[in-house]
Amino acid sequence: MQTEFLLQIKDLKASIDNKEILKGLNLEVKPGEIHAIMGPNGSGKSTLANVLTGREIATVTAGTITFDGKNLLDMSPEERACEGIFLSFQYPIEIPGVSMVNFMKTAINEQRKHRGLEPLSASDFLRLMREKKELVEIDSALTNRSVNEGFSGGEKKKNEIFQMAMLEPRLALLDETDSGLDIDALRIVANGVNKIRRPDTSVIVITHYQRLLDYIVPDFVHVLYDGRIVRSGGPELALTLEERGYDWIKKEADVTEETWTTDRK
Amino acid sequence: MENDQDKLLGEVTSGEYKYGFVTDIDTEVIPKGLNEDVIRLISAKKEEPEWMLEFRLKAFRHWQTMKMPKWAHLNVPEIDYQEIIYYAAPKQKKGPDSLGDVDPELLKTFDKLGIPLEEQKRLTGVAVDAVMDSVSVKTTFRETLAEMGIIFCSFSEAVKEHPTLVQKYLASVVPYTDNFFATLNSAVFSDGSFCYIPKGVRCPMELSTYFRINASNTGQFERTLLIADEEAYVSYLEGCTAPMRDENQLHAAVVEIVAERGAEVKYSTVQNWYPGDKEGKGGIFNFVTKRGICKGDDSKISWTQVETGSAITWKYPSCILRGNNSVGEFYSVAVTNNYQQADTGTKMIHIGRNTKSTIVSKGISAGFGQNSYRGLVKVLGKAEGARNFSQCDSLLLGDKCGAHTFPYIEVDNPSAIVEHEATTSRIGEDQIFYCNQRGISTEDAIGLIVNGYAREVINKLPMEFAVEAQKLLQISLEGSVG
Ligand SMILES: Nc1ncnc2c1ncn2[C@@H]1O[C@H](COP(=O)(O)OP(=O)(O)O)[C@@H](O)[C@H]1O
Ligand SMILES: [Mg+2]
Repeated sequence: MQTEFLLQIKDLKASIDNKEILKGLNLEVKPGEIHAIMGPNGSGKSTLANVLTGREIATVTAGTITFDGKNLLDMSPEERACEGIFLSFQYPIEIPGVSMVNFMKTAINEQRKHRGLEPLSASDFLRLMREKKELVEIDSALTNRSVNEGFSGGEKKKNEIFQMAMLEPRLALLDETDSGLDIDALRIVANGVNKIRRPDTSVIVITHYQRLLDYIVPDFVHVLYDGRIVRSGGPELALTLEERGYDWIKKEADVTEETWTTDRK
Repeated sequence: MENDQDKLLGEVTSGEYKYGFVTDIDTEVIPKGLNEDVIRLISAKKEEPEWMLEFRLKAFRHWQTMKMPKWAHLNVPEIDYQEIIYYAAPKQKKGPDSLGDVDPELLKTFDKLGIPLEEQKRLTGVAVDAVMDSVSVKTTFRETLAEMGIIFCSFSEAVKEHPTLVQKYLASVVPYTDNFFATLNSAVFSDGSFCYIPKGVRCPMELSTYFRINASNTGQFERTLLIADEEAYVSYLEGCTAPMRDENQLHAAVVEIVAERGAEVKYSTVQNWYPGDKEGKGGIFNFVTKRGICKGDDSKISWTQVETGSAITWKYPSCILRGNNSVGEFYSVAVTNNYQQADTGTKMIHIGRNTKSTIVSKGISAGFGQNSYRGLVKVLGKAEGARNFSQCDSLLLGDKCGAHTFPYIEVDNPSAIVEHEATTSRIGEDQIFYCNQRGISTEDAIGLIVNGYAREVINKLPMEFAVEAQKLLQISLEGSVG
């Protein structure tokens, strides 16, 4: 029996160095849905992305995460990736000496192996590269270099979307993919995401600006504040936030001053 | 290339040393210990002419006046030279000229090591001299090569069959007084390969020697001499492995290369002697002297080494650039994991005008490994227009290992240009996680990163060795993260 939800997070709590960051978070995502998670700096958005992808910065202390009916917390980071979870990193990592081609080829073939598929032939792989490069309008010069090495901030973000196009995930997490992009780059990245999406691809867009949501229109908007989702609504909620800022949320959530202003640098 | 890499990555399942088995074969050994009688005995076993014995004795007498060098960044336990066996030979019928004469156990051993000695099995055009302990077991493709005037045989045979050539070139690059280990080797060397490429001949296949230590408590002291006459070309490969044993074993080899006018020699090594276990027990002590001379104008010698094995490596393949416009190259990847130690590098001695040298050294340290680059670039007064470029990179995995660089530069000619660049980097957990997030396992991620880092050197290896080397790099670093 197919579960209704692709992703189901229940009462999730997670800590970093014994400090609780996620304080009982609930989220349900069906196949094909786009959810936006907004919230001020330091509210735990990236921590949520880390927990979902298995990065061991935060420790899960309570709650469950089910992905496609399976217990996500039992899986290694690479298994989660192979199951179809993709993270567009807020801060993409440089890997000098490893060519984009080799990196992508290894990733794709590992994921195919996980699904019981044969590795792609060299020519099929190169065709796929070409096709996806056009889709996200990324310069060939970039994909001929080492992974993210010497890329500008915008180029790195574009490269994340290119990788997403290559890997065709079932759930894409975009962690502030819009930050550091000028308006043209933003449009290219957002259109890229829209073109890549298949009807059943789910997307979680993490951002604290509304502008990306003009291009990637969400079905739901959630406000993450101090480790909890304090408000959920439709796209109009993003507009309200844009107008009124986060202050009114803060008042409603009624939490102490120092928690929400925790701004990283 | 890409495909091979995928295959390799998939193939690797455990970090164990794959070549640690022992061949069960009757071995003739002489009593342990070192004195003039032992040297006479070795010489007699090899039925050597008088001049060869004299050379050995001269070296031995000199060695007795020497002390083990201590300048390397290595922690070497005391070696008792009287506890070592200096000659061990697998017993087989004399003169294995046809394969039918080679003991099936030996054929099986080399098969298992991936070095089939049947010529028809070797599709890739590589001629092999297979050396087990102190003797050469079999040299393939000798006849084919002989048709072109190329001599490729064991050192012992060369002493008997080509005494003039051997006498002319032996110790002409590494004199018997050179250093403690080279002198010891000159006294007790057992077997190794001899190769002569005549004037104007391009050797049509890769020549290679595969060294295998099998017997316990023995040292291996091979000697290799490569001569490329005017305008000749040869690419030569060397591979080596040894069984896993708890005690350390000594390996002290000498390699000499002579390149006459316009000649080119490429010498590649994939060194995979047993490195010892995770606690640092056992493993080979590898003290090797390798040197080439670009004797004639426009000659070129290129060293490429991938050093993944041995408990201790002490090795500086060098070039004496005597001919005008001669070129020396050194490309090296050295890995130290667990408790391995390596002190390796090169010397480029510029004597002739417009001589050029390139040094690319890539150290990789993991576990408690200690990895040192030691290099000398020396430009003599007459070396007008000499040029050197050195690049020394270190890559660290974890925080308990060490990387060190000791570059020495001595320039006596104002027109010389000597450039040195060095970098140190670390494989970060964030890099590994980034790979994980794309579906790549940690072991494969390290393989990707390390092979990317070492690519510039790996690319210099002949194809067949490049694949082997990539696999080795990954295996030697397994278990070093997480
Ligand atoms: N590596 C880390 N070590 C310690 N604290 C961290 C680390 N990463 C994040 N935090 C803390 O966790 C909280 C949530 O951070 P984060 O999830 O990055 O927020 P957001 O992405 O919403 O800006 C912040 O208080 C931040 O300081
Ligand atoms: Mg963040």
